[in-house]
Formats: sequence, C-alpha cells, structure tokens
Amino acid sequence: MAKGGSPPDGELVQLLTPEGERIESVTGSDGTVYRADFTDEEYRGLYRDLVIVRKLDAEATALQRQGELGIWASLLGQEAAQVGSGRALRPQDMAFPTYREHGVLYCRGIDPIMPLGLFRGVDQGGWDPNEFKFNMYTIVIGAQTLHATGYAMGVTMDGKTGTDDGEAVIAYFGDGATSQGDVNEAFIWAGVFNSPLVFFCQNNQYAISEPLERQTRIPLYRRAGGFGFPGIRVDGNDVLATYAVTRAALDHARLGQGPTLIEAYTYRMGAHTTNDDPTRYRIASEVEAWQAKDPIKRVRAFLEREQIADAAFFAEVDEQAKRESLHLRERVLEMPDPAPVTMFDNVYPNGSPLVDKERERFVEYQASFEGSAH
Amino acid sequence: MAGVKTDQDVITYRAAVAEGIAREMRRDPSVVCLGEDIGGAGGVFKTTAGLFEEFGPGRIWDTPISEQAIVGAAMGAAMTGVRPVAEIMFSDFLACCWDYLANEIPKVRYMTGGQVTVPLVIRTANGGGLGFGAQHSQAVENWALTIPGLKIAAPATPADVIGLMASAIRSDDPVVFFEHKGLFASKGPLPPDDHVVELGKAAVVREGTDVTLVALASTVHTALAAADTLADDGVSAEVVDLRCLIPMDLTTVLASVGKTSRLVTVEENPHQAGWGATLVSVVVDEGFELLDAPVRRVASANVPLPFADALEDEVIPTADKVVAAVRSVVNY
Repeated sequence: MAKGGSPPDGELVQLLTPEGERIESVTGSDGTVYRADFTDEEYRGLYRDLVIVRKLDAEATALQRQGELGIWASLLGQEAAQVGSGRALRPQDMAFPTYREHGVLYCRGIDPIMPLGLFRGVDQGGWDPNEFKFNMYTIVIGAQTLHATGYAMGVTMDGKTGTDDGEAVIAYFGDGATSQGDVNEAFIWAGVFNSPLVFFCQNNQYAISEPLERQTRIPLYRRAGGFGFPGIRVDGNDVLATYAVTRAALDHARLGQGPTLIEAYTYRMGAHTTNDDPTRYRIASEVEAWQAKDPIKRVRAFLEREQIADAAFFAEVDEQAKRESLHLRERVLEMPDPAPVTMFDNVYPNGSPLVDKERERFVEYQASFEGSAH
Repeated sequence: MAGVKTDQDVITYRAAVAEGIAREMRRDPSVVCLGEDIGGAGGVFKTTAGLFEEFGPGRIWDTPISEQAIVGAAMGAAMTGVRPVAEIMFSDFLACCWDYLANEIPKVRYMTGGQVTVPLVIRTANGGGLGFGAQHSQAVENWALTIPGLKIAAPATPADVIGLMASAIRSDDPVVFFEHKGLFASKGPLPPDDHVVELGKAAVVREGTDVTLVALASTVHTALAAADTLADDGVSAEVVDLRCLIPMDLTTVLASVGKTSRLVTVEENPHQAGWGATLVSVVVDEGFELLDAPVRRVASANVPLPFADALEDEVIPTADKVVAAVRSVVNY
C-alpha cells in the first residue's frame, strides 16, 4: 500500500490507482483526511456492484440497438463515480439524479427494470421517489439542482440536520450542466441558506459533443470557492476515493455545515445516448487512454493482489451479472403497453372540466371501434 | 392580524393577499412563503405586509434574486411536505422561470404515476393599466393556460383573494395565482375567518337576460361598468366572474348562455391565444344551439403594452369597447 499525502492543487483525490494499488489516506486542502477502510466483504461488494451495473447497462444498450428501447443513456465508464457515491449515501439521504444515474439507482435498491419502462415508453411512472429516496430522472439539464436545493431547505426547516443521523441531499449533474443558469442559482442558494446539499458533478469531459473547455476556463471544483463553499476533485474512476469524498461531504452537510461541490473526474466511454456517434468528435487515442483508467479493472487488480477474492468469486460475479441482465431482458420484452385511456390519469387528482370532457369523448371514440376489425 | 384593514368590515385587495396567506399559515404550520423582498419589506406591492413580523424568518424566506430558483426550490421543498407559496414579483417574470412552470412542476404527478405531488402556489402581480411599460404590465394568465397540470386562479375582489388563496394553498395541485396590480387599492367586504372559495367555481356577479359577459380579475369590473351603461339602454347583461381558468367552470358559462343566448368575453390578455379563445371554442362546440348571435371577444390588442398612458388605455379593454361589442351581438 502506498502511503499517501496531499494532492497538489488541481489534482485528484485518489485512493486506488489505475494499477490497483491502494493509497492509505489522502489529506484534502482543508485538512479532511480521506481513507477507505472496508472489510474484505465490502470490497467484494463494491466490485460486484460495479460489474453488475456495467452489465445491466450493456444489456440496455443492446436492447435499444434491437429496437426494444426508444433510447438509452449509457453510464459506461462512470460506474465508480456512481457506485462510490451511491453507496456513500445513508438510507435517509435524498438523491436527485440526471437520466444517466443507473448505477446510483441500483445502489438505492430500485429494480433496474423501472427505468427501462421509461426508456421503452410503456410506463406512466416508475419507482416511488419518496420510498427509495431517489427522485425521478430529470431530463432538463440542471433543473434537478434547484429541486434538490428546495428539498434541502425543507430538510432544514424540519430540523433534520445537525446530528450524525441527520439528513443530507445530493444533486447529480454533469460538466455541461455547470453552464446552466439554474445550476449557478442552486450554488448561490445552497450557499446563502447553508443547505445540507452535496453537488455531485460527474465531469465526463463531454456535453454531447462539446468538450470541457467549451464549458469552463477553470477546473469545475474551483468554482465552489466563488460561491463560498468547499469544492473538491476526486478520481471518479476510483470507487474508493469517490466513496470517501462523498461520504465526508454528506456528513458535513447532515451536520449542518453546508454544501460541498464534488467534481468526480471521469470519462464517458460510450456515446451521449444511443442517438449519438462520438467518433465524429473525439479521437480514438483519447478513449484508449481512459480505457487504461478503467474503474473495474483496478478494483479487480487490487482484490487479486491482496488475495481478497479468488477466481471462483470473479466467475460467480460474472455469472450473477449475466443472470440479472438476462432476467432484465426477459422482463423488458414482456412489458405491456399501457391502456390508452390512462393518458388522462394524474393530470389533476380531482379532474378538470377540459380534461374530463376529453376523456369522456375519447372513451366514446374507442368504444365506437368495438366489434370492428380494429 | 397581517395586513392593514381599512376598518372593521372592509379590506383592500392588497391587504387581502397578506390576510389570505396569514390565515392559511396560522391554520397549517407547513405553509411557507418565499420570494424577493417579501420579508421585512412586506413585498414591493405590500402584499406580504405583516407576515414576517408574525411568522418570522423560519417561514418567510427572503431569497436571492433568482426567479428560476424561487420556483424550482419551491418544487423541491414541496416534495418534503412543505406547502410553499412562492412570489414572482411581476407576472412578466414568469418567463424567467418558465422551465419550472412548464416542464417541471406540472409534470411531477404525471411522470411519477401519481406517486409524488408538489402542492405549491406561485403568486404574481399581473396586468396593466398603471403605466409600467411593456415588461411590467402584461396580463399573462393565458401563458399558464397553455400548460396542462397547472391550476390558475385570478380573483377580482378582496373576498375572493382570501377565499381562493385558501383553496390554492390547500390544493394538492400547483396553482398559479394572479393578483391584479390595478386592483390592489380596491376595497371590499372582509370575509369571515372560514371563508373558502372552491377552485373552478365561477360566480354570476350580475344577473341578466340578454347577453353573457364572461370576465376575469380586472375585467370583471370593466364588464360590470359596461353592464351599467347597457342597462340604461335597456340591455340586460349577465356578468360571470370566471375566477379560475383551470378548472374552467364551463357549466356556469353554458347555463348563462342558455339563458341569454349571446356571449361576449372580456379579457385583458392579448386577443391572440387569449383564454377566451379556449372558452369560446367549448361554448360553440357544446352549446352551438344555445347561441342566437356570433360570439365576440373583447381582449387587449395584439401589441406589447405601450409605456404611454394614452396608448395603454387604448390597448386594454374598456367598458366602452365592451358596450360596443355587446350592441353588435344584441342587434345581430
């Protein structure tokens, strides 16, 4: 194990090198000591999460390619950022995701079939955000940061901060979202209201085709300084460091000490969505360089080196991932289309004359086909 | 008591806003207010006067100048069980936070399959007639009408401000609450403590037999003034105060048209895509046989609100214009 130390300004907090060497601890510029003290079982659990999340994601991409999903936003390459932060959440913490947070969703205990219902276009809803403490996927870039800000203000008002078992809120977003006005408003509000909120930016280097330098002149984590709260950059391909940094920021928030911006430095290995072709705007050598920093390979190397896991374990994890992805595929193909009349549900709980009239006419219209060939 | 009453039984429209909010805040500790200058300043229109003194900073949140954040945070706070009452100072500025009004808030219940509701109110000072120019005078109630999932209230009297405020805050739906700037100084009876006006129930504020005038907020008074003039000519106008655009009380409108057989809408929003267009389309669809004359819409001209008083007065509907429209359908 390497000894560790403080990362120079602008560098990453890292607890597991790409080669799989563990670093004992890293001290942040504010004196926070980050370390990963997991049991062997927990290390194996993180590895299992990473492998399963990647496999399910690959299955969803394949389903889209076969015409079974309308679209898919792959998390390939960002597994450690999502599993590390997702596992750092405590049960009472609330998460506000983008549409790419399938790994965090998995860590929240949500059945991975649920987002597929949305991407297949057969679902009028999904998981219960209150039950799983994981809001619905937000598609409009950055909007969830303000939802999270308001939610955090509600948490404060309810007096649920200030103790070890307090509540914290985490808002996920990407590097592109940092250019949105509402994300900057969220930074301002969380700062002035000292909200129990962690801003978790997965800097995957691209907003669809636009590279990071189109969004910022300075490292993203340093923007936090201008808003008056700490910012920290972590190796987003390092599940141990991401866990440690996120856990520390969440605990800081739950104790009533205010927000933190985490920049999880990572790379979107695949396309923005299945509608996108990244070979049009980035070169293969860049992708290959990031391939060498793969978030799963380094954990496996570590587990092998430290003899925490053996060949049988790796085979068993692969088998489980295969089984779960097959199960996912089977269930996707069986998803029924919703009944057309349900399109009127949940617009207004007690109805509204304009909607009620439309529903009434629609039911009559549908009934007019009864007994016909349609 | 929040607000300043003018005497024992009369209250201004302006004070009624604060009174309506205060009654709900006393009744329900989960109600909070957020917005710019709503605290110690009591609101730039003094519509939140007294709330900060009574309820304190824990429930009256003076916020940074960020319209998106006011409305976006209201949504997030509502998810925690709080009932936020968010103020957007001028309704023109709803455009500054349109993503949250159009894409986020009205979709929450739908996109979660009914699992999450965001009970919140967005209050805003709406309308012209005060010479505030093109960006601080618009009547934009029709903007909200384009978005399924929102409810829309626009009271014409102090009593309705209080009664509709109670319903809006208690509603599990997001409600956009238009307070008319031109009515703030108007006075009316102070309603009793338990006064609640159900959303989506129009009021027949003047009975008549020859023509139905459907109006909203400030134009209720325009329509009533026109009805007075018409009465002198022997034309009996019935005036319906729609009170809410969503739910739209078409039952009351159709019943009135059934009685009068003529319809004129009086709208402050521009004629193009104004709320009367939706209302009239339903009336001609459901009640074509009730009509004995073409329907007329009196609305603001399809121009930005001019700064010059002399021009603004011509853009916004007047009682004279309503009278002219009514004569054209009565003489049809």
